[in-house]
Amino acid sequence: MKRLSMLLATVLVLSLVLCACGSSASKGSGSGSSDNAAAPAKSSSELIKVGVVNNPPSESGYREANVKDMEAVFSKDNGYDLKTAYSLKNDEQLQAAQGFITEGVDYLLISAAETTGWDEVLKKAQEAGIKVYLFDRMIDVDESLYEAAVVSDMAKEGETAVNWLLDQNLSEYKVIHIQGAMGSDAQIGRTGALDAQFASGKMTKVVQQTATWDEAEAKKIVESVINSGEDFNVIYAENDGMAKGAVAALDEAGITHGVDGKVVVMGFDCNKWALRELLSGAWNYDGQCSPFQAGVISDLIKNNKTPASKKIINEEKGFDAKTLTQSDIDTYGLGE
Amino acid sequence: MKLKKFNGLGQLTIPVIAIALLVIFNLIRDPGFFSIGIMHNNDGNVVLAGNLISIINGASELAVLAMGMTLVTAACGGQDISVGAAAAIAGSVFVKVLKSGNSISGGTVLLAFLLACIVAMIFGSFNGTLVAVFKIQPMIATLILYTCGRSIAYWINGGATPTVNSPIINAIGSFIPGVPIPTPVLIVVCMAIIFKLLFKFTSLELFTQSVGINGSAARLNGINATFIKLLSFIILGVCVAVAGSIGVSRLGLINHETLLIDIEMDTILAVAIGGNSLGGGKFKISGSIIGAYVIQMLTITLYAMKVSSTDVKAYKAIVIILLVVIGSPVVKKWFNKVIDRMKNKSVAAQKGV
Repeated sequence: MKRLSMLLATVLVLSLVLCACGSSASKGSGSGSSDNAAAPAKSSSELIKVGVVNNPPSESGYREANVKDMEAVFSKDNGYDLKTAYSLKNDEQLQAAQGFITEGVDYLLISAAETTGWDEVLKKAQEAGIKVYLFDRMIDVDESLYEAAVVSDMAKEGETAVNWLLDQNLSEYKVIHIQGAMGSDAQIGRTGALDAQFASGKMTKVVQQTATWDEAEAKKIVESVINSGEDFNVIYAENDGMAKGAVAALDEAGITHGVDGKVVVMGFDCNKWALRELLSGAWNYDGQCSPFQAGVISDLIKNNKTPASKKIINEEKGFDAKTLTQSDIDTYGLGE
Repeated sequence: MKLKKFNGLGQLTIPVIAIALLVIFNLIRDPGFFSIGIMHNNDGNVVLAGNLISIINGASELAVLAMGMTLVTAACGGQDISVGAAAAIAGSVFVKVLKSGNSISGGTVLLAFLLACIVAMIFGSFNGTLVAVFKIQPMIATLILYTCGRSIAYWINGGATPTVNSPIINAIGSFIPGVPIPTPVLIVVCMAIIFKLLFKFTSLELFTQSVGINGSAARLNGINATFIKLLSFIILGVCVAVAGSIGVSRLGLINHETLLIDIEMDTILAVAIGGNSLGGGKFKISGSIIGAYVIQMLTITLYAMKVSSTDVKAYKAIVIILLVVIGSPVVKKWFNKVIDRMKNKSVAAQKGV
């Protein structure tokens, strides 16, 4: 008898849980978007409806800045009604995009988790008369399916950095090259330009090693070079965190760095804390990877422009410690 | 050292042989590999430097985690794969508290560490409850925190990678002014002493072993197996907080995605290389500590040899496969058989004379 009642209770609880799951799942695709679309636009007739399908802000500092920028640019004050959906998974993103099309947005902005699988959804959008913009990431579809793609050119980021380094006119270039996770877009792009210099013999590769974006690993790599007694005068780290790790190793070994120092320190991503290191002269260079595509897209929408080329390279800067100002940090710095 | 018989080091044979082989290999490759230099760092302190210091210093977090993991392994016969994620949470709490005040004093750091400890112990007891009370396999139970831990750390950080600048934090992660030995190494020594004292003055070691060898027999003898298992996870929680705090202090930065990334696998490996059975039961914490140094020495050796970045993990895997296979019971048995045969032969030969 006791067992039976236990069993019944279990079944009851389970069914309740399942019901709860079911009902939340049916809301599923909409629930991600409802948060930010909070105030239902009642006078929405004049507002431009924009649906943004993006990766979640938790993905990285880059994405966080990207999401904030989107929210700031496509605000009500600027005449937009913004709906957002965040997911790292392609199928969830597809579902969300589908949802936006059904809801009837005017514009659809997409930063896809994967490059494939988007044909059908984009065709539906086109049929519904919704204009599609891609940002940050390209998708493998015919160009006719979207208005424009605003993306970063990682290879160009590497070139900008390497050209800056060449402009420093050092008598010799002995480079420690700390790479990001092998195979990632950022790693391939930022490595390319430097590899070309190694190949041409203009710069000497002291060591080229991946720290997979890990700060502590970068420190160990630089430590091992210092311990081997080999000479070097440039550290080219493919993001800010790894540059910080490398500098920690220099500090412990009593090697000077930065402006007026022995070793030139270069990083990427323009985190605010990293730019502050530049401002204090502890580092020399930081390359931008701009998450600010919203302004470009908003400009296209508002002025009804058709870009000359569908692929628009987002303008990205490189900052020199000698010319950096506090206002640059406020404008371009990511995070806090 | 007195060797009672061939396997005089017992469980420690494999890790000691492994470390000896690596040392010999490095000495042949580069006689100056282990030389220790004295230099001034950029703060003007006299500090020790060299590959040996890098190895011992770099393995600190791993060594601390390996100590706790040994206990969990022994008591539960399974491993906690969430230590890296939990360390990211502990590190985030540590930084959050440090950044909440205006200035960072010794008291703030202590408070931050204590809070990190408490949070890590709570997560530890969550894992422990799933394993000890609900009898879920440790790897499955800790898979939950492994999956969501870094997201939780992200929430605590508020998304960014916060940085802290303070001479005290720098002293914890690098060098205390006037002390030439890296602080993380001193912390490892403290932790090892604490474990030693814990085992000396309590029956924890005995209880853990008996629970690991046969839980029901232990229970029949009046040992609360559930409590011992739970306790092992809580102690691991403390280790996680220590490791997380060291990791954060090294650079004065918390990145929830990369802090102690993939360390759970290295930790389990350290326990295995240390000659501990991953199925629970008898254990030696000293073995796991040596195991941690073996792993770190391997990594530094590969860096020093400038093995191409894409190949490092493959080489590491090859060496580790060899170590684990040599340490396996099958090979050990075979090895002992060969030795016995040789002994018998020599005895027979002596008799023949």
